[in-house]
Amino acid sequence: MQLYLPIAEVSVDAFLLLGIGGIVGFLSGMFGVGGGFLITPLLFFIGVPPAVAVATGANQVVASSISGVLAQLKRKAVDFRMGFVLLVSGVVGSAIGIKVFSVMQALGQLDLFVQLSYVVFLGFIGAAMFQESLRALLRSANARAPVRRAHTHSWVHRLPLKMKFRASGLYISVIPPALIGAFVGFLAAIMGVGGGFILVPAMIYLLGMPTKVVIGTSLFQIIFVTAFTTVMHAVNSQTVDMLLALVLILGGVIGAQIGAIVGLRLKAEQLRVLLSLLVLGVALRIGVDLLIRPAELYSVAPGVLP
Amino acid sequence: MIRALLLLLALALPAAAQETIVSGLSQNRVSITADFDGSEILIYGAVKRDSPAPEGRMDVIVTVEGPPTPVTVRRKDRVAGIWINDAAVRVDSAPTFYAVATTGRLHDVLGATENIRHNITIDRLIRAIGISAEADGSDEFLRALVRVRRAEGSYPLLENRVQLTEGTLFRTDVALPANLTEGTYKVRMFVLRDGRVVATQERFIGVRKAGLERLIFNMSREQPLLYGLFALALAAVAGWAASAAFRFVRS
Repeated sequence: MQLYLPIAEVSVDAFLLLGIGGIVGFLSGMFGVGGGFLITPLLFFIGVPPAVAVATGANQVVASSISGVLAQLKRKAVDFRMGFVLLVSGVVGSAIGIKVFSVMQALGQLDLFVQLSYVVFLGFIGAAMFQESLRALLRSANARAPVRRAHTHSWVHRLPLKMKFRASGLYISVIPPALIGAFVGFLAAIMGVGGGFILVPAMIYLLGMPTKVVIGTSLFQIIFVTAFTTVMHAVNSQTVDMLLALVLILGGVIGAQIGAIVGLRLKAEQLRVLLSLLVLGVALRIGVDLLIRPAELYSVAPGVLP
Repeated sequence: MIRALLLLLALALPAAAQETIVSGLSQNRVSITADFDGSEILIYGAVKRDSPAPEGRMDVIVTVEGPPTPVTVRRKDRVAGIWINDAAVRVDSAPTFYAVATTGRLHDVLGATENIRHNITIDRLIRAIGISAEADGSDEFLRALVRVRRAEGSYPLLENRVQLTEGTLFRTDVALPANLTEGTYKVRMFVLRDGRVVATQERFIGVRKAGLERLIFNMSREQPLLYGLFALALAAVAGWAASAAFRFVRS
């Protein structure tokens, strides 16, 4: 069934869109990532203009994150206090990111900058996570090995401004989460993603939060970041396609619920190995695109040079 | 001097031949609704003469031209091992859609001079209206623009697709693709004798979004903030509804 999208001005298969929404929603519910780093390239691939893909993808992530958060909320897996700290600092980081974004746009190398950010951040985080989670998985398979503690005390715990995060079972300074939040907000503005793929490992490895709480908290923060992004795009560039979003959301919310159920069945280590493989895969794909000679060297974009 | 003479000759010819086009379109309005999946336009006509048909091979060319927009054509180059957008040429005005249908091979039907006078082929049309003089080596970019758009199906070349009956009646079908841009589409018809244009006519097709498409598009332009908030509300309700539905199913 073909569907004509009023803002994107293309006609696409509605079931294909439902499928894309479903896959992204599934990952969102399972891993606690928004899926922005997947949905934008996928929409681009089926012919939706990049600007519309970025803006509408953000709108879809809002829905699947809300759906995911509600599923996590039932088992009290959201640390609201931590989420709030991340959120406030995230807005600050996002404001800085938007400035850098417009500077890169003026230089005419925004595409390259975004692609390189994807390769560097996704590649680095994916590789680090894969290595760590694989080791953890092997350790849990080998019962005789000594059990590593969930988190160890380091310089992070000696910083001032300590705060109690009861849901996470942490008593740490607000400085590290605030820095992480700001960094994620910065990247979110530049790369057009929610930042879950950075937030999740950062909370696990840098803050030592339990994996079960991390997913709900990450989703909580992503809702607000992507909601902000959606409204900004709607006002500034008018590239949010409501019809496209509606179909993606329909697939996405269902996928998110299924993902949350599947995520419960898997062990935390397995979940992390899968997420790291996914992140690495996307990084590799974008990286290869940069290295291989494209079949068509020329590209046509509507609009004029900035 | 020669050019002026040619022009004079060309101007004088149609007057001598007295051939005019009478034409029609199967529809002069296209409404884009949510299930819009392209539309086929039948363009038909006849050549009216006061006197018996003159000598010479007769051909018909029909073009359909979508609303023009500015475009940027970029070329990737290898810099430090990676392929990045390097050079770019701005084209001020390139039609979003352009179809050329002919009675024979375009090359045989249309002479170069006539093409320049009437801007019939797509590269000629863009060169005439769209390209700024500043562009150095822009030829390659222009060819790339046509190549990319033709591969997308936006610039179809329909050779031998105009049927000509008894040297008088002609008809052709032009398929408008599903990814149509809103605006006025110009249909031009040319009757040629021995590669020379002897009669022309223009018609217009209005392509407009309708119903839900119209509503969404207008709201996004006129009330962007409200539109953004509405999109968010939609997302929130859908997210909550799915969660509630699943809870209900599982309990």
